[in-house]
Amino acid sequence: MSIALTVFLIFVAMTLGVTYWAARRSRGASAYFAAGRRITAWQNGFAVAGDFMSAASFLGVVGLIALQGFDGFLYSVGGFIAFVTILLLIAEPLRNTGKYTIGDVLAYRLRPRPVRALTALSTLTTILFYMIAQMVGAGALVTLLLAGSGISYNVAVTGVGILMVVYVVFGGMLATTWVQIIKAMLLCACALVLTVLVFHHFHFRLTDFFGAASQVSYHQSGILVVRDFVQAGLRYKPPHGPLDLVSLGFIFAFGTAGLPHVLVKFYTVPDAKTARNSVVWAMILIGSFYVMTSVMGLGAAAIVGPDYILTHGGTNMAGPLLAQALGGELFLAIVSGVAFATILAVVAGLTIGASASFAHDFWVNVIHHGVERRHGETVLVARVSALAIGAISIVIALLLGPTANVGILATFGMAVAASANFPVLALSIFWRRFSTTGAIAGLSVGLLAVMGFLAVGPNVMGIDPPGRIASVRHLIQAKPWFPLENVGIVSVPLGFLAAWLGSVLGNEPAAEARFNELVVRSHTGLGAEQASLH
Amino acid sequence: MNNKLTLNPEEWDRIAASRQFQDLLAVKRLFIVPALVFFLLYYFLLPILVGYAPKLMGTRVFSTVTVGYLFALSQFLVGWLIAGLYMRASAKFDRLTRDILDEEQLRQGGR
Repeated sequence: MSIALTVFLIFVAMTLGVTYWAARRSRGASAYFAAGRRITAWQNGFAVAGDFMSAASFLGVVGLIALQGFDGFLYSVGGFIAFVTILLLIAEPLRNTGKYTIGDVLAYRLRPRPVRALTALSTLTTILFYMIAQMVGAGALVTLLLAGSGISYNVAVTGVGILMVVYVVFGGMLATTWVQIIKAMLLCACALVLTVLVFHHFHFRLTDFFGAASQVSYHQSGILVVRDFVQAGLRYKPPHGPLDLVSLGFIFAFGTAGLPHVLVKFYTVPDAKTARNSVVWAMILIGSFYVMTSVMGLGAAAIVGPDYILTHGGTNMAGPLLAQALGGELFLAIVSGVAFATILAVVAGLTIGASASFAHDFWVNVIHHGVERRHGETVLVARVSALAIGAISIVIALLLGPTANVGILATFGMAVAASANFPVLALSIFWRRFSTTGAIAGLSVGLLAVMGFLAVGPNVMGIDPPGRIASVRHLIQAKPWFPLENVGIVSVPLGFLAAWLGSVLGNEPAAEARFNELVVRSHTGLGAEQASLH
Repeated sequence: MNNKLTLNPEEWDRIAASRQFQDLLAVKRLFIVPALVFFLLYYFLLPILVGYAPKLMGTRVFSTVTVGYLFALSQFLVGWLIAGLYMRASAKFDRLTRDILDEEQLRQGGR
């Protein structure tokens, strides 16, 4: 049995123990969806970090920096900075006014059924993009690592899928939170060791490190080139590159503050103050980790080299390959085991976020008008939908190969969150005149804009433009109609505009009348959901 | 502190209009609005300058480290700084909030 597998199995054994423990103390909807609201600030900070730092961060962003230098580092900056928006605008009001989902906040003063139905749709879309990214990451890892161990891609993906269902179905949010806490610790420790090893490789001389990173040689279309990876412009090139970068900024600045699986974590703490403190904990962890991604990424470019990365597992494998180069097979195994754990923890968080939205927003509140027909129905439906989500994800992952950079894939999900979820969430909390029509318009226009512009953009329509020699012939072979791969600069303003226009055209006195209650609740915590006593 | 108060619509309106609550909002706004505006400007300056002023951002400061790289790193410091300042400011928010809650509890007859 390989070492990577051993590390991974140790993690699995630990987390299954946590799940068993959590399952025994988890009773009722508040326990299942919100861990009884008794998670402390540092615990939730670690859990949020563990929830947010996905395969997209560890595998995707390090890979982007290793292959495209400084431009990839802008993904790190964006991923961190987004938490300022959450800290200042979202975390506390969300905790004070909601129960289990984003939909709760909107349903407070708007007509609940249409609003919840659309929020559930945009939540599930966001999570699906993220889920695909995690599964592709898992697949890439397996292809590289477990090639010799006799475990195939299919077996590994199915295994990951089954584990995530076990965590979520049996352990609920409490187990998920602890799985994420353990994973965040492992991931940060791993990144720290890798960073120190990179500096050690350059004898702790910064000038040597940056010197090497500024002269990375690799083959481009068969010609050996030398590039400065500390300089910008390797990914985002003129004419559209600069605008694409600003567009990426939109996705990050507002997207994370609309990510359903991250936001539900703020329901697991006792009150708004703890939610606030937990964001700061998360910012310390996530910030430190992302600063280190630049060392790991540039280190991988300088030490491993883009040529080697591309021929040994591709863009997502830069981090593990760096570990192999610096610490040998044992360290590769440990880092890969941690990367697996990372994926597992994020996938569990995504699953519980999606199942909460489906069960609480869609099943109980949209279909059954907010009435549980039997005691415990919401949790039962959530468990069944977690199973279904697991099955769907496994099938999608089996159909997909480890082709795309998972960091890029995740930004698609974030684009939906930034353009559909964030505008309606923010306006609902801060704008008196916001109405149901506005929410419907904002959610649907935001969602459609992202999907539409992505579809006619370079990553879908333009993936196989005429004149390019491609190994696979895609359905559409045309120049993209929309030149940017990041749609945020168009879709975020469109989402806001639609939400504003809808509210102005379809004003709703009933919703305005309840705004005072929402404001008082969101700032004081009066009437907020309480932590359970046992 | 009892948060399970049951209030009718008039009472929510009364609290919302109260001087104490308006003070709380004003104090919060005084911190959050400038912090948010500064943060958004500072953050968006990074992709804008990297994209549209590549010469400036590519200037080496020491060794091969560029202005752009240091600017990107400074985003982390600014993020942490805003978080630290917000934590400090929030002590006052919490105090004002507690006053409002205490008064509501008295009004409800200390239920």
